[in-house]
Amino acid sequence: MRKRRLLTTPYLAFILCGTVIPLLAILYYALVDKNGSFTLSNLASVADPVHLKALGLSLLLAFFCTLICLLLALPLGLMLRKNGDKNRNMVIFLLILPMWMNFLLRTIAWKILLQRTGVINTLLGSLGLGRLDIINTPGAVVLGMVYDFLPFMILPIYNVMVKIDNSLVEAAYDLGASPAKVIRDVLLPLSVPGIISGITMTFVPAMTSFAISEILGGGNIYLIGNIIEGEFLRGGSRNVGAGLSMVMMIFILISMALLNKFDKNGEGTVV
Amino acid sequence: MANILELVNISKSFDNELILDELNLEIRENTFMTLLGPSGCGKTTTLRIIGGFTRQDSGQVLFQGKDITELPPNKRQFNTVFQKYALFPHMNVGENIAYGLKISGKSKSYIDSKIEYALKLVNMDGYRNRAVSALSGGQQQRIAIARAIVNEPKVLLLDEPLGALDLKLRQELQYELIRLKNELGITFIYVTHDQEEALTMSDTVVVMNQGYIQQMGSPENIYNEPENAFVATFIGDSNIIDSLMLRDRLVQICGTAFPCVDEGFGINRPVDVVIRPEDVILDEPGRGQLDGVVTHLVFQGVHYEMEVMAGGFEWLVQSTQIQPVGKEVSLRVDPENIQIMSKPASEDEEAMVIDA
Amino acid sequence: MKKLGKKLYIGLIFLFLYLPILTLVIMSFNNSERTTGIWRGFTLRWFREVFNSQQIMEAAANTLLIALASAVIATAVGVVAAVGILALSRRQRILILQMTNIPMVNAEIVTAISLMLAFAMFGISLGLGTVLFSHICFCLPYVILNVLPKLRQTGSVAYEAARDLGAGSVKAFFSVVLPDIMPGVTTGFLMSFTMSVDDFVITFFTRGAGVNTLSTLIYSQQKIGIRSSLCALSTLIFMLVLIILLVRLFLSGRSANNKQIKGGIGG
Repeated sequence: MRKRRLLTTPYLAFILCGTVIPLLAILYYALVDKNGSFTLSNLASVADPVHLKALGLSLLLAFFCTLICLLLALPLGLMLRKNGDKNRNMVIFLLILPMWMNFLLRTIAWKILLQRTGVINTLLGSLGLGRLDIINTPGAVVLGMVYDFLPFMILPIYNVMVKIDNSLVEAAYDLGASPAKVIRDVLLPLSVPGIISGITMTFVPAMTSFAISEILGGGNIYLIGNIIEGEFLRGGSRNVGAGLSMVMMIFILISMALLNKFDKNGEGTVV
Repeated sequence: MANILELVNISKSFDNELILDELNLEIRENTFMTLLGPSGCGKTTTLRIIGGFTRQDSGQVLFQGKDITELPPNKRQFNTVFQKYALFPHMNVGENIAYGLKISGKSKSYIDSKIEYALKLVNMDGYRNRAVSALSGGQQQRIAIARAIVNEPKVLLLDEPLGALDLKLRQELQYELIRLKNELGITFIYVTHDQEEALTMSDTVVVMNQGYIQQMGSPENIYNEPENAFVATFIGDSNIIDSLMLRDRLVQICGTAFPCVDEGFGINRPVDVVIRPEDVILDEPGRGQLDGVVTHLVFQGVHYEMEVMAGGFEWLVQSTQIQPVGKEVSLRVDPENIQIMSKPASEDEEAMVIDA
Repeated sequence: MKKLGKKLYIGLIFLFLYLPILTLVIMSFNNSERTTGIWRGFTLRWFREVFNSQQIMEAAANTLLIALASAVIATAVGVVAAVGILALSRRQRILILQMTNIPMVNAEIVTAISLMLAFAMFGISLGLGTVLFSHICFCLPYVILNVLPKLRQTGSVAYEAARDLGAGSVKAFFSVVLPDIMPGVTTGFLMSFTMSVDDFVITFFTRGAGVNTLSTLIYSQQKIGIRSSLCALSTLIFMLVLIILLVRLFLSGRSANNKQIKGGIGG
């Protein structure tokens, strides 16, 4: 037994160098100024109006993205569930396949599709439906986020729903429930673990993304991710960047802890 | 007694495989009817069509004379006890039982008293606030039964409800189901592949195979007078022997003429003869009707089971008296214990297989 | 009518998911230097040119090299670690699994920045090596979380039986345990490889100047327009994966169907 424990040594080295020390590094840089003396101003910089606005916008857009994903995924999960296990491999295949096209390219494709002279607007125009003028607006960013993260909402929800024993649904019908009540009383409550992991897998990346807002926001939309990126890679202060990252991380950890309270059994599954 | 349910010419196939073929069945009010047969015989499909979970391809389901084919399960006055209980895991025992009553908008005090009543009825007093996952299989099935009966259904459908339980628990619950049936005074339709269960509990047994009803009758009737070889083999152990009906009241079995009580099969007609192993009487050589030798012997508790080679046939015999292997014996069968059956008319009927 | 609505909804969702991919495939046949969304005629030029572009080939080579190396190393370290983790006490095990979860729960950008700052703190200059190390770190949890459940299922019984029959501990592992947990190992490896190929954020922050993978190259061109040859390469990769997955799906579907023929219908 003792010898077998030693097998974890290489992994422990990776945890130490790849997780623990880097997190301590953030902590260190967040708490010092550029001369290396202790300060709280990096953490306090979150209250800077520009940063606060970015944080607010990130939360808002991530909220809408998560909500839309959830509203799209739930009916889809219910519909696909009815087809049973038969098509499960096919459904998962179709959801995962797009990920084999680089996600930046797929986001850029939306830029092409949404632009003023793009395919969608040409089509809408020829149908006399006016124009969808959302490129470089928060709307386009939300659309891009929904596009990129929708599979991560659908997959866990579908995986949980497809495993719900159909005899439970039949039992509810048998006891007099209408189709709507079967969904409300049986299918949705039993899908909670999938819904929770779907929300986690959508909200966090949406809130912290910076590439999507850069591509579809045309450089006008600053999310907290864009601010942090700027601090590090476009001549800002890495100490301020570390401070903001620190605040964001604490924020995420707290919301995850709150969310997991709903998932009493911890049955949420990633794949 | 009137018919509460009638199935008229019901056919159903899945993936081009015919499961039910023009099935007709009348179910009388306040009976305990069992659909018995091997897996794949169509018994569960029949139950699901009655419950409204599966729709027949053709034919009608009549409830109190009215066609309910178009009625979804939530609008039918039946309740179902499912094979694997199907209790809602996110609700406790009380909430499970209350679900149907809440849907139909009953008052809180009514629901409360019903839950207590149902829990008492299934001997689960005091379990109201337990989590479903904390119950054993037998307890879960009791709750599933309680959940179904609080809604006062006209018909209770039970789909192999005891199939997942061990033998002792199964026997215990069998008696409770009979008691429940008598207390509630409603119709039970019970699906099982366990012939013992069917014989113990039912007023009427319907033996099914390959989508057809093979025989319908009281348990005694089914056991003592099987109408064909399938029923005879499926219900209990039996000796089924190719024989020749010499004339009325005389049949030639294994080359020996045996008096019997059946008439009307004609003269010198091939028939199947069914003799239950407990009806074969063993005697000293020469003193019975057919001589043979004991080839196998197993002690089975209430009796010994022996195989006797006689007249070119291996006879299954059950007796409380031991006859050691190798002993020469003589067989005797009373005329009223010889059951004569016509040979199957077609190849198709011959092909009936038992896989349970 | 209800069925039609259902089909329409499912169809629209999948159209939404595949519309950009279709766009990119079309753009890779467009006779235009960069992807602008304006159709200038059909050409196969970009599929030839992609192999002549040193910049793209280098980025592709980096991507593949990093993905392969990080998947192999993460799988090796992860499988070995999983065996060790099961020998730990309950408390140690919970602690190590919580540490494993951190990179999965944390925002990618925070993980990326933490690594970048750690490299800076120890004066390690950024380059291919730092990217590789970072990729191994974020792949490891996927290997461990896929292997551990399989290892638990196998349990130590098979291993002990093999030892009992005289196999050395290493031999017992390779001959009895490893074949049993292979599905988990394969999934862990494939997930690692996929995550690494698709990664942008972590590469973006931990690469040095001049080091590019396909993701960072695409990002650097997003303002001025993506080179059509880059689009062509992505189309090629996508088609390749599509064919591999279709073959696998077909094969697994066939064996599943064979199993399903019997027992599809209840009694």
